[in-house]
Amino acid sequence: MSQTPQVDKGSQAAKKSRGRGKRGPLASVGLHSVLAIAAFIAAFPVAWVAYVSLGPGEYDYQHPQRIAAHPSLSNYDHVLNHTDFFTWLGNSTIVALGTTVVGVLVAASAGYAVSRIRFLGRGSLMYTFLLTQMFPVSVLIVPLYKILANTKLLDTYPGLILVYCTTAVPYCAWLLKGYFDTIPVEIDEAGRIDGLSPFGTFWRLILPLARPGLAVAAFYTFLTAWGEVAFASYFLLSPDKFTLAVGLQQFVSQYNSQWNYLAATGVLIAIPAAAFFYLVQKHLVTGLTAGGTKG
Amino acid sequence: MTVAAPAEAATPRRSEEPRRRTGPLRRIRRSYDQFWYAWAMCAPVVVILGVLVGYPLVLGIMYTFTDATSLNVGHTIGVNKIPDTFSWVGLKQYVDILSGPDNQFWPHFWWTIIWTVSCVAITVSLGLGLAVLLNRQVRGRTFYRVLLVLPWAVPTFVTIFSWRLLLSDGGAVNHLLGALGLGQPEWLSNPLWQKIAAIGVNVWVGVPFMMISMLGGLQSIPAELYEAAEMDGATPWQRFRHVTLPGLRPVSSTLILLGVIWTFNQFNVIFLLFGSTNGDSVQILVTYSYRLFFGQNPMDYAGAATVGVLCLSILIVFTEFYRRWIRRMQGAQA
Repeated sequence: MSQTPQVDKGSQAAKKSRGRGKRGPLASVGLHSVLAIAAFIAAFPVAWVAYVSLGPGEYDYQHPQRIAAHPSLSNYDHVLNHTDFFTWLGNSTIVALGTTVVGVLVAASAGYAVSRIRFLGRGSLMYTFLLTQMFPVSVLIVPLYKILANTKLLDTYPGLILVYCTTAVPYCAWLLKGYFDTIPVEIDEAGRIDGLSPFGTFWRLILPLARPGLAVAAFYTFLTAWGEVAFASYFLLSPDKFTLAVGLQQFVSQYNSQWNYLAATGVLIAIPAAAFFYLVQKHLVTGLTAGGTKG
Repeated sequence: MTVAAPAEAATPRRSEEPRRRTGPLRRIRRSYDQFWYAWAMCAPVVVILGVLVGYPLVLGIMYTFTDATSLNVGHTIGVNKIPDTFSWVGLKQYVDILSGPDNQFWPHFWWTIIWTVSCVAITVSLGLGLAVLLNRQVRGRTFYRVLLVLPWAVPTFVTIFSWRLLLSDGGAVNHLLGALGLGQPEWLSNPLWQKIAAIGVNVWVGVPFMMISMLGGLQSIPAELYEAAEMDGATPWQRFRHVTLPGLRPVSSTLILLGVIWTFNQFNVIFLLFGSTNGDSVQILVTYSYRLFFGQNPMDYAGAATVGVLCLSILIVFTEFYRRWIRRMQGAQA
């Protein structure tokens, strides 16, 4: 994002006593305090989970001041060694990565076709994408259950991956279409002249150029799959297939509420998501920009 | 994303105009010869969406004309297959839900409208405000950005669990309010405060996405426009009003549309914040429909599907009006 021109930065205009875009100290303080407050509000609940997770007792979350006196990692010890955490983590990873790969590929090819080729039904396809965002979960869940049961995909990874694709792909296709629009058509034409097939152009020229856009789509898809609760708790039946979101619910059931374990697991879940975010965050702004520039 | 939806529908129609004269079959044929690879590239999406969204939707709409519950819909127990035994009841479900004796729909409906409007308005303005701030030269911008995006990056079932702790009666938020000498509302049990808490948490969850997208839109506005405006003596507010806002319109019009759709159907926040048992008045239509389905025995599938179909129709009507409105605004501009 650093290559884009900064709105308020200008070096040549020195008409005023203060150069363009140079802030007075008061404005700087104001800007930083607003950002700092916002950042604090954004980060505090996340930090709070981390703090609560250090309290070993079952009721420590009700008395947070106690935790500071005797912080311990015993919750993590319990979660890592005495629960199926690693099974859940593995399942979540398989499902989330699978959704990311399948979803981004499928969305990219559709987005590319819609962006480049004026074929019949292209407008209605985009409208359908928008439409699929409007379906409430409750209409879909029973028919989906039936379909998955009939195709023997119930309680399997591929079944859940396909279901997640339906929620993530429409948005990603839209996002990537916007991104492909910003890549000059001349590149495609050059590829075609050099003898590449339409698929070859897409695969070898456009996809590498669209890496920032793909990163954003991947991030979005990954998060969608990583944090989904409703479908996962309904379509996964056997405990060894549970994802983290489903497994977590065992800590807080009708019979017991082990918030301390829940907090520790929450932290362990947040770490991969945050790490993944850190990897793609450089691309995030440029990727999302692209869609907007071509209205 | 952020491609303005209205322009989308307008372009292809115009380009297909001359071909209208030939017969539809020939037109499809010619389009196929020319663009078969384009169709091939879209095929996976169309198949996935068709099978996993289209078919369930048709089935779901069909159920709204029946009295299907979890007892009479065909299912399999072990090796025994139980066939469908529900019967057709015509429009009874719709009549019951819209004007039935328990009259649950309309309160939920109005609350859903308030919820959607306030969430989207607050989220968009906060996102825009933070994006404008982050778009300046600020020391530690990456640091702020990473922190500000945390609510989006961490899965909602973790963060909302944290909000439950923070908002509980003796939780951190009330400690803070108490220290400031303010009242200590029962965020999670009083109907009014429940609503405020729900909106607040949803805004917290939604702002980062808006902010990042708006930031992208801001960076695509050419700096020359600001320079020209400043040469003409525009004040910062005028620059914001007449350069930034119009420049953002392609991004913001789509963001608002998506925001409305996503907020209207926001399931996770309310479901996770209030659980499936308490907070009846805070349920929006989507969670209300989920409750009709899972919250009782036998599960009222027809009722849930009917509410779902009503949600869908509301959104379709809204989208249609919104797109027309945007198109007219664009026409007025051009």
